[in-house]
Amino acid sequence: MQHVEAGLSRPAVQVDALEKRFDRTVALAKVSFAVEKGELFGFIGPDGAGKTTLFRILVSLLKADAGKASVLGLDPVRDYRGLRQRVGYMAGRFSLYPDLSVEENLTFFASVFGTTIQQEYKQIAPIYSQLAPFKDRRAGALSGGMKQKLALCCALVHRPDILFLDEPTTGVDAVSRREFWDLLGELKHGGLTTVVSTPYMDEATRCDRIALIHRGTLLGVDTPAAIVHAFDRPLLGVRAQQRYKALLALREYEHANSVYPFGDVIHYTDDRKEPIDALERDVRAFLASRGFGDATVDALEPNVEDVFIARTSLDPGFRMPDPGKTPS
Amino acid sequence: MTALRGLLRKEFFHIRRDKRTAAVLVMLPVVQVLLFGYAIRTDVNDVRLAVVDPSPDSATIDLRNRFAAAGIFRIVATAPRTDDLNRLFQTGAAEQAIVFRPGFAEDLRRTEPAQLLVITDATEPNTGALLQAYAQAVVQQYQADLTRSAPQSASGARSIRPAITIAPIVRTRFNPTRASSNLFVPGLMAFVLTIISSLMTAITLTREKETGTMEALLVSPLRPWEIIAGKVVPYLAIGFAAVVLVLVEALIVFRVPLRGSVLLLLFEGALYILVSLNFGILISSRTSSQRLAMLGVFLTTLLPNILLSGFIFPLESMPAVLRWISFVVPGRWFVTIARGIMLKGIGLEYLWRETLYMTALAFGLLVVSLRSFNERLE
Amino acid sequence: MSELAIQASELTRKFGDFTAVDRISFDVKAGEVFGFLGANGAGKTTAMRMMIGLLSPTGGSARVAGFDVYTQSEQIKRSIGYMSQRFSLYEDLTPRENIRLYGGIYGLTLAQIRERTDRMLTRLGMMNQADEAVRSLPLGWRQKLAFSVALVHQPRIVFLDEPTSGVDPVVRRQFWELIYEAASNGTTVLVTTHYMDEAEYCDRISIMVDGRIGAMGSPRELKDQFGAETIDEVFVKLARPAA
Repeated sequence: MQHVEAGLSRPAVQVDALEKRFDRTVALAKVSFAVEKGELFGFIGPDGAGKTTLFRILVSLLKADAGKASVLGLDPVRDYRGLRQRVGYMAGRFSLYPDLSVEENLTFFASVFGTTIQQEYKQIAPIYSQLAPFKDRRAGALSGGMKQKLALCCALVHRPDILFLDEPTTGVDAVSRREFWDLLGELKHGGLTTVVSTPYMDEATRCDRIALIHRGTLLGVDTPAAIVHAFDRPLLGVRAQQRYKALLALREYEHANSVYPFGDVIHYTDDRKEPIDALERDVRAFLASRGFGDATVDALEPNVEDVFIARTSLDPGFRMPDPGKTPS
Repeated sequence: MTALRGLLRKEFFHIRRDKRTAAVLVMLPVVQVLLFGYAIRTDVNDVRLAVVDPSPDSATIDLRNRFAAAGIFRIVATAPRTDDLNRLFQTGAAEQAIVFRPGFAEDLRRTEPAQLLVITDATEPNTGALLQAYAQAVVQQYQADLTRSAPQSASGARSIRPAITIAPIVRTRFNPTRASSNLFVPGLMAFVLTIISSLMTAITLTREKETGTMEALLVSPLRPWEIIAGKVVPYLAIGFAAVVLVLVEALIVFRVPLRGSVLLLLFEGALYILVSLNFGILISSRTSSQRLAMLGVFLTTLLPNILLSGFIFPLESMPAVLRWISFVVPGRWFVTIARGIMLKGIGLEYLWRETLYMTALAFGLLVVSLRSFNERLE
Repeated sequence: MSELAIQASELTRKFGDFTAVDRISFDVKAGEVFGFLGANGAGKTTAMRMMIGLLSPTGGSARVAGFDVYTQSEQIKRSIGYMSQRFSLYEDLTPRENIRLYGGIYGLTLAQIRERTDRMLTRLGMMNQADEAVRSLPLGWRQKLAFSVALVHQPRIVFLDEPTSGVDPVVRRQFWELIYEAASNGTTVLVTTHYMDEAEYCDRISIMVDGRIGAMGSPRELKDQFGAETIDEVFVKLARPAA
């Protein structure tokens, strides 16, 4: 599978100061980044962050208001015809034909690119083998996970040089999600450049590099490890029987910087720059003084979600005022 | 397989699987023609008749009773003056009126031609003609009876009296063309065919936009003409089936004659469907909502085709502006062509101009659709 | 209170040949936060609709707030609050107008509406946006407002259908804090979600797979039972790939 372009060291995707607005809403605000060839690149962010808009601009479905973009060296505005021959695109919602069967959908998308399933079989084999038992089933009758695999297949069937997958795992069950990312890993081994978007923070670690995106702005572009490494404070995990009460109490602690629930653990950061054991002791003491003698406090490794929260809660328009205390 | 063939194949799958819609699309025109056609059926009864009798006497009363006795007319008003008639016609209280000229009975006795005016409200062209015929029959029967019962001379031989002539002056107001169902049905065919054809393409294209599959099509190497052709061709086939069915209906149920070439008529029918399909494509290029597309189709095909195709209201009596607009109402051309082929038996040598206009319309619409086809999402 | 807010036994719903919900049985205690987990299409939304009186079951039985779902759906609707991801507030109305609308529907007096409106908007920090159309608010704010509106008539049970879908991490947590607050005031909360990590916020959860309940219990119990560290892992061990 020849996806790596011999000789050229140009990035697969290069974006500079891209801007896009819809009426008064800013969808993308001066976004810049680059994706190297053969990378598995992830855009991590919630709804409304701008992921779909960005992808649509890069595959030539929308025009940016300002800034430059180049995909495979082509301009999505001027060279859209050439670009559309070479990109594979999976749209945010299911955009295949529900009344056509699995095989009919694939045949159609192959024919549109002037090829057939037989010709491309080797390329799509790992995915198609999972779909094959259902090849005569109507696409609309497939489960969520299967639909996404079919959509991926249709995007791949014409041997694109780059893949754009917009939220391919949203709403899909946990098992199918894992299988999907395994498939992406396999594709990457074959050298295919893949750009994915997802709202699930835990999927960030499956990418080579990620960009955190929020309300049209990139909050960081780097490897997942580096992004996590940039978490600038020690992180403590607090467990207590009475979770909600403990949470409220912690917010009243004079040195609390951020207090956020993460399931059964409360993630806590302090506004002091002290060694972590000292912080642990102080917090434990404070909680005990409030009647939470059973609370445990441990050091934690931050994850991508912690970073995301830390960076987005810097935006004051975003915080919900806690009764009593204004977080710093 | 070429891209276009793949597109056509996909569309046929859609059509085949959506059996309900396909059935409706074909049956709809058939049903509509039946419904509308029968609404103007030849069976006439309970005709509301107004009588104007300025000088009533035995003769006028006799005639009046004969009208009532025919079982078809119902006398709704008797007035001494014709001025009252306008109101009766306008409110729909009366559909026909007979007006005895003053001194009718006198004229009859003096064997002068006695004047009896028969006024017919012929907004329903078919009804108008038949009402006239009925009135004519009643009057003629009366005349015959009068002549037969004329007194014989004393010598035993029937004295030759001059035949009593009643000359009805028939004035059909409200429908100067006095069209009959033969003229009406071809227009009806045009009307229903255009609606369903425009609907078909408008709906299928906006459905792809609504479900999101259009996004996938746009990102592919498919060109706009291919996407459009992929929609027009399959529905041309369905529309043609509808043309055939509607034509059969017109011939068998309504007994409209077909004096010209069947092949030419079918060809023109196909051309007409093509124009309407392209119309639907143009509408769908303006919106992504199926609902709006349907609304657009109804507004732009329903009204113009009723008002400006000459199907009910004759074009000759319209202001110039409307006649200009009717140039782009495809129904207008097809109505002329269909009437020409079916009723007059003429061919291309007379209809080449109308055929040319329809071809130009088809082509023009296609070009505009292609130009305005958005290759992006915005 | 050991009273049961919700009781369901062999609850079933078929659509023609397709069984969306297949004989599920569960109880929810008053004041609990109960999570209905499962992938999209597993049957969570259908199950919820049956409980709030929007759909009749085709089999089994259930009581919500003490009322029977078959025969007393109107009483159920009056005693519960509901918020769905698909629809909750009218986008062209302002927050104030939305609260007034729903308050009126549930029979609150104007005075009550006014008082609760102020309290709600202050709590959410939305007083400045009280008179802007809802559609101009960011998604997360809308979701929080919708939740509060669902509680405007202080129902005993509130049903939330995928309330945090697509919302960013900070707002999601703020939302769950609102849920905690409601629960601490005695409201029973039934939540459906496809985010497995949100399971940990609940007192008890059930995981639905293909219309049936595959596992049910507190997050701790399930993790122990399946030897997993996260509920996501529990799900993976539980479910086989469905097609």
